[in-house]
Amino acid sequence: MQKAVKHDPLIHIVKRAEKTRGQILLLRLEAVLISLIAGGVFIFAIGYNPFEIYGTILSGAFRSKMAIQATVKYAIPLTISSLGVTLAFRMKFWNIGAEGQIIAGAICASYFALFHAEWNHWLLIAVMFLAGLVGGGLWGLIPAFFKVKYDTNETLFTLMLNYIALHIVSYLRDGPWKDPGAAGFAKIARFNKNAALDKVFGVHVGWIIALILVAIVYVYLSRTKQGYEISVVGESQETARYAGMNVKRVILRTMFFSGAACGICGMVQATGSDITLTIAVAGGVGFTAIIVAWLSQLNPLVILLVSFLFSVLEKGSGVVQSTYGLSTDCADVLQGIILFFILGCEFFIRYAFTIRQKGGEK
Amino acid sequence: MDLLFKFLVAAVLAGTPLLFGTVGEILSERVGHLNLGVEGMMSIGACAGFMTGYATDNFALAILAAFLGGALSGLIYAVLTVTFFANQNVTGLTLTIFGIGLSNFIGVLMISRSANKTLKLPEAITAQMRGIDLGSLSRLPVVGELLFSYNPFVYLGVAVAIAAGYYLHRTKTGLNVRAIGENPAAADAAGINVTRLKYINIVVGGGICGIGGAYCSMIINSGVWISDNVGGLGWIAVALVIFAGWKPVNAIYGSFVFGALRVLKYYATKSLFPFPNAFYDMLPFLITALVLVISSIRKSNGAHIPASLGFNYFREER
Repeated sequence: MQKAVKHDPLIHIVKRAEKTRGQILLLRLEAVLISLIAGGVFIFAIGYNPFEIYGTILSGAFRSKMAIQATVKYAIPLTISSLGVTLAFRMKFWNIGAEGQIIAGAICASYFALFHAEWNHWLLIAVMFLAGLVGGGLWGLIPAFFKVKYDTNETLFTLMLNYIALHIVSYLRDGPWKDPGAAGFAKIARFNKNAALDKVFGVHVGWIIALILVAIVYVYLSRTKQGYEISVVGESQETARYAGMNVKRVILRTMFFSGAACGICGMVQATGSDITLTIAVAGGVGFTAIIVAWLSQLNPLVILLVSFLFSVLEKGSGVVQSTYGLSTDCADVLQGIILFFILGCEFFIRYAFTIRQKGGEK
Repeated sequence: MDLLFKFLVAAVLAGTPLLFGTVGEILSERVGHLNLGVEGMMSIGACAGFMTGYATDNFALAILAAFLGGALSGLIYAVLTVTFFANQNVTGLTLTIFGIGLSNFIGVLMISRSANKTLKLPEAITAQMRGIDLGSLSRLPVVGELLFSYNPFVYLGVAVAIAAGYYLHRTKTGLNVRAIGENPAAADAAGINVTRLKYINIVVGGGICGIGGAYCSMIINSGVWISDNVGGLGWIAVALVIFAGWKPVNAIYGSFVFGALRVLKYYATKSLFPFPNAFYDMLPFLITALVLVISSIRKSNGAHIPASLGFNYFREER
């Protein structure tokens, strides 16, 4: 005999009616506010004035023309790769492989920068752009292929591909692409000036590419048939199949585009920011991009805003480091805290806790 | 032959932090929660363990602190994903970024506040972390060195893995845990307290990861604190879970195999294996990717992925 269940649990989770957009926005702003307070408590606990630190982060990111340029420079790769991740996430394809796709794109673009630097500048830039696009796209296509063919878990597979790509770079650096002129540690030679992205207003043209991509992805997702197919496949593959969509083709195509965007990001980082190929070309951006995309509710326009805010945090904490001697890891801690609260608050948009009434037999 | 023994010993040592991370992650994945925060939980454990050891000179306390640090970070993940239904991938990644950041941040802060701008564990505690000495047993030729000469972490790791294997495959609770991983709704209907077991597994799993982190901060760099001391081992542990087929006991040999792969480049005779170093570094991930693909092609029963992995469970949405 089983013991009879005595009563309902004390706290009970129920679904609630949809909130209005205004209410949802308010809830998210509250979450950000609470997270800033929590971050402030942390700063206070280690013996600093939270207002001064927050103030320094804000003013530090905008204190000079150069600082603003640096902030924008941070935002470029974050925006582009977040767009890439968004394409896959809209389809509920958990592409954790942005990091690897960035690297794959950077490798392909770097090939032309290293070995065809004598080409006409604009031709070279165009070829490198295409190479980055195709390289990242193909790298993204691998897990998609195994997903549709054998239902291989894409989260784990894309994760592995990140490190495989990373070690391809270290192989190239130590072997075939090693700069014979470099003393000390092996590295890849600095690109010829001809292979470097041009600057507009002091920042490489990556920022224009990022803005164009935001517009393209926004229109693609909300105004085209293919974008609609992505949403349907994301909601329910059965529905998509029933509606006559070729689900496998949608997954393959979307993952190519997702990887391609990340590949473009890799090309932009290598030829615009680093002017060489290093193992840090992605440097965690691919992971942060996932967070940015999620925070932005997979909305390309919001991605632009959130990427910029993250860059302010990144650049500002650099200034905090030089002013207060605190490490730049401060930015990661604050990003983490903010996201924890946002992730928690999402719950209250769709659910509510109800506490059991006294003597609550229903 | 001497080189071979040295290689095997080095493989075991290199595999030990992976063993903790893998066993911890298996506990979490067995209740259906893919926690990509292993690297972060290990980092927090690394920091908690090191700082406690630094302050108290007590190895046992340091291990306890590492466990608690990892468990607390696991708790953040559990609250967000189990109770608040947050996306597991995003929560795990955030935990990784947060954990590494917090660990490095505190490390830099403590260095700036230390007398000689460096953090090194005092001799009193490093003595407790040396290889064990079982007298004549440890001095047996070959066997002594291969089995009875490691630091206490190694034996703790093997013991934890065996205990976790016993728990998952030989106890009633373990059966319930595996049922949750396969189908939480069915487990719930059978009267299993899904939420409680999910919490227990994720939090304890986090704690075990934390101990692995302590290995990274306290042993690998001979007791000197450096930033990023976990250095990606947490990600290898996520890979190892697949390689071990979600079985803690398999994780023991799995982590020693991966440990061997990590040190292979220092021991492999270049004339016989003319591969670049990068190839050896890539091997763990390449092999894991292959295991993942092959097991999905064969849909083999021996090494299969918990069916509910990655999906949150809300009982009213059955």
